[in-house]
Amino acid sequence: MLKYTDEHEWLRLEGDVATVGITDHAAEQLGDLVFVELPKVGATLTKGAAAAVVESVKAASDVYAPVDGEVTEVNEDAVSNPESVGTDPQGAGWLYRVRLSDPSQLDGLMDEAAYRAFVG
Amino acid sequence: MTADTASSLLQTPLHALHQEAGARMVPFAGYLMPLQYPLGLLKEHLHARKAAGLFDVSHMGQIAVRARSGDLADAARGLETVLPIDVLGLAPGRQRYGFFTTQGGGILDDLMLANLGDHYLLVVNAANKAAGLAHLLDAIGTECTVEPLDRALIALQGPGAEAALARHLPVVAEMRFMDARTVTFNGEDGVVVRSGYTGEDGFEIALPAESALALARALLADPEVKPIGLGARDSLRLEAGLCLHGSDIDHETSPVEAGLSWAIPKVRRRGGARAGGFPGSERILAELEEAPARLRVGLRPEGRTPVRAGAALYQTADASEAVGRVTSGGFGPSLDGPIAMGVLPRPLAVPGTPVFAEVRGQRLPCTVVPLPFRPAGFKRS
Repeated sequence: MLKYTDEHEWLRLEGDVATVGITDHAAEQLGDLVFVELPKVGATLTKGAAAAVVESVKAASDVYAPVDGEVTEVNEDAVSNPESVGTDPQGAGWLYRVRLSDPSQLDGLMDEAAYRAFVG
Repeated sequence: MTADTASSLLQTPLHALHQEAGARMVPFAGYLMPLQYPLGLLKEHLHARKAAGLFDVSHMGQIAVRARSGDLADAARGLETVLPIDVLGLAPGRQRYGFFTTQGGGILDDLMLANLGDHYLLVVNAANKAAGLAHLLDAIGTECTVEPLDRALIALQGPGAEAALARHLPVVAEMRFMDARTVTFNGEDGVVVRSGYTGEDGFEIALPAESALALARALLADPEVKPIGLGARDSLRLEAGLCLHGSDIDHETSPVEAGLSWAIPKVRRRGGARAGGFPGSERILAELEEAPARLRVGLRPEGRTPVRAGAALYQTADASEAVGRVTSGGFGPSLDGPIAMGVLPRPLAVPGTPVFAEVRGQRLPCTVVPLPFRPAGFKRS
């Protein structure tokens, strides 16, 4: 199941663990990325709070947690190769995996069609 | 951006060209300007370093100053009442960096001043052009005419700039760094100076709108020349250690604190034949002799995390009081790492000094380094 937030993150749910990243729309807006900061494995995330940071040459942007939960894995390749987050944000450029503590939070998120309409 | 916002913004004469090139346009100093092109900021930056980059800087202010007496020296004497530089000694065909100072010894704006034989040409920052014009009219409007010029300004920067521009304006091959020449292109008069804001060899070309557009199109037909947006313009100037007014220099920062003392020659300092006589001279001349309490520095963060403008600087990882702040910072594509400029107390403003920048609650180790971050490629002889 693929879901999107209005803060331009995507998450793909497998069991009770979701893989999270920024959308291709967000990546295009941000431009070339030069730095990625990810949460620590085991960190507790709160929906709507900053979970990661992606930085272009010009600016730093927070990536907000789309759901509450515990970080189970982070994409170290994205840290060593921030460019991949910009060029393949919904593939090799994923950011982290989180075990959801409240799966009902997914109900408030957009599906792909709704997100595409949202970004116009 | 709403349609209303967009319609209140000014467009430069090169607007159509930006659209054709697929630029992402953003509001900047009242103009709709290209932030970046499809090539992207990183590649644009690197292209300007290895070949030639074309910049639209038509938003900047161009002002012609003439003596009402017809004697250029009268205009020079007038300009020396607002600029702490040697205007009288600036030879025809030459350009100099300078700044309008405030009564308190800060910097109202920084600018380029060229002697074009029968008048002076000033190029001032876009955000400050109204203030600069008013300042000039107030200070020298009686003895000089002060005329804002409605024409385009394009910059061609990079090691390939001379070859690319000489195909259309052969005279530029004879120019050296900071030379200024009047030229004719497309049947219209313009001005070329050999300088820029990237640390590279290059030129800035002032022309009426239509001819500027024609020259820009002709230059872009050359595969060596690519359009470069404001994003890369900022990362290029940061690597070159050049100040951005409003960030690294402002109404409070003195030229001495900003490390711009080199622009104030002996003749305008204490004991000089034309010492002082400009706003804020008391503070500035004193600082030149006694050294100011704080200085602008270059900073290299140790890790990969960019340290940006506004970040507080600390002497140690656990110090409670900040000792300075970052004034410009980001990522240097040619250095493949974060770089920044900031202000520090003079005892700490020494290359090799370790300091800490606070980013998202963490103290990141940085080292004070000399500016520029990379050597300039100017053609000095």
